[in-house]
Amino acid sequence: MLDVVRRTAEQVFIPFIVGGGISELDHIRQILGAGADKVSLNTAAVQKPELLTAGAERFGSQCMVLAVDAKWSETMATWEVYTHGGRTATGMAALDWVMEGERRGAGEILLTSMDCDGAKDGYDLSLTAAVAACVPIPIIASGGAGTREHFHSVLTEGKADAALAASVFHYKEISIADVKKYLAERGVAIREDRIEI
Amino acid sequence: MIVIIDYGVGNLRSVQNGFAEAGFTTVVSGDPRDLEAADGLVLPGVGAFGSAMDNLRQNQLHQVVRQQVNKGVPLLGICVGLQLLFERSEERGEHAGLGLLAGDVVQFQGELKVPQIGWNQLQMQREHPLLAGVKDGDYFYFVHSYYARPTAADVTLATSDYGIPFAAVVQHENIFGIQFHPEKSSRLGLRILQNFGRMVEC
Repeated sequence: MLDVVRRTAEQVFIPFIVGGGISELDHIRQILGAGADKVSLNTAAVQKPELLTAGAERFGSQCMVLAVDAKWSETMATWEVYTHGGRTATGMAALDWVMEGERRGAGEILLTSMDCDGAKDGYDLSLTAAVAACVPIPIIASGGAGTREHFHSVLTEGKADAALAASVFHYKEISIADVKKYLAERGVAIREDRIEI
Repeated sequence: MIVIIDYGVGNLRSVQNGFAEAGFTTVVSGDPRDLEAADGLVLPGVGAFGSAMDNLRQNQLHQVVRQQVNKGVPLLGICVGLQLLFERSEERGEHAGLGLLAGDVVQFQGELKVPQIGWNQLQMQREHPLLAGVKDGDYFYFVHSYYARPTAADVTLATSDYGIPFAAVVQHENIFGIQFHPEKSSRLGLRILQNFGRMVEC
């Protein structure tokens, strides 16, 4: 893992987040030392919320990303947090959890809608907007991207600060440049990388 | 040779990787002899101003840096490294900086969230080879709670706006400072590292 981080840092000159299986303060130290800018915690943060606090105190909130997998629960009448890659229901309300995470020092929320993930039918705008209204930190919306319009709606109506997409980019169904151009034309503030060196 | 000053703070590897991608070999060292032999110095910085200065003082590196600057060696401060160029900071008490540039370092006040974490745009104030290829409105990656207030307005090459305009890039003679992270600001950031490398070479 650390070797992958190190090699990534040699090739990638934008901030990057490393996540997956991080459960100790020392893992965080090693990953940041290998060149990552941020770590994301998901299951470990639910099991040991003090890890978020300790990580934020030691390394700063700017590198602590709280990843939350959320799914609508009919019985709870709100979104519920899942851990272990979406396999374990926690009984915790996502909106409460993000507020606790922010209090403990998370600097950003990586929010995945399990209801929308994989469907390419658009982001979960109501979940994203609800989370954004609860915490004053940036929200990265994830799950559901299928078209350029989906990016636009989550960044406007959905109140997200950033949008994550995986498969549509990996399989080149949409190009990143295309999405950025589309968003810029519609007045979304977006960075343009216009030179090669 | 460009020396990235190792004084026990943060991740110097990313800065070194950035220079490598921009075409420049660098040495990471905290040995005063290496600093004395350098053609260019880079002062990176992560963490608190006071502890960064304490670390610099430990091996008398602050003296070596001053000596080298007086000899005309280009010095580039990045992030807290820019802040250290100034006379003092109010970060957790009052701390003296290197005093190479007149001015102080203060915290962001107001409604916006502190620290500023993320991409922000530059407003160019004065042309300089350090920013060759960069234009008004280009985005760079910032992570900081404090910002420098240069006494002399003409020190500022570019500002950025976070509630108020602040000095994002400064220059005076052979002293350079960048508040954002060029090594994390994609191609435009690497271009600035390349510009600095070229100035060191000539």
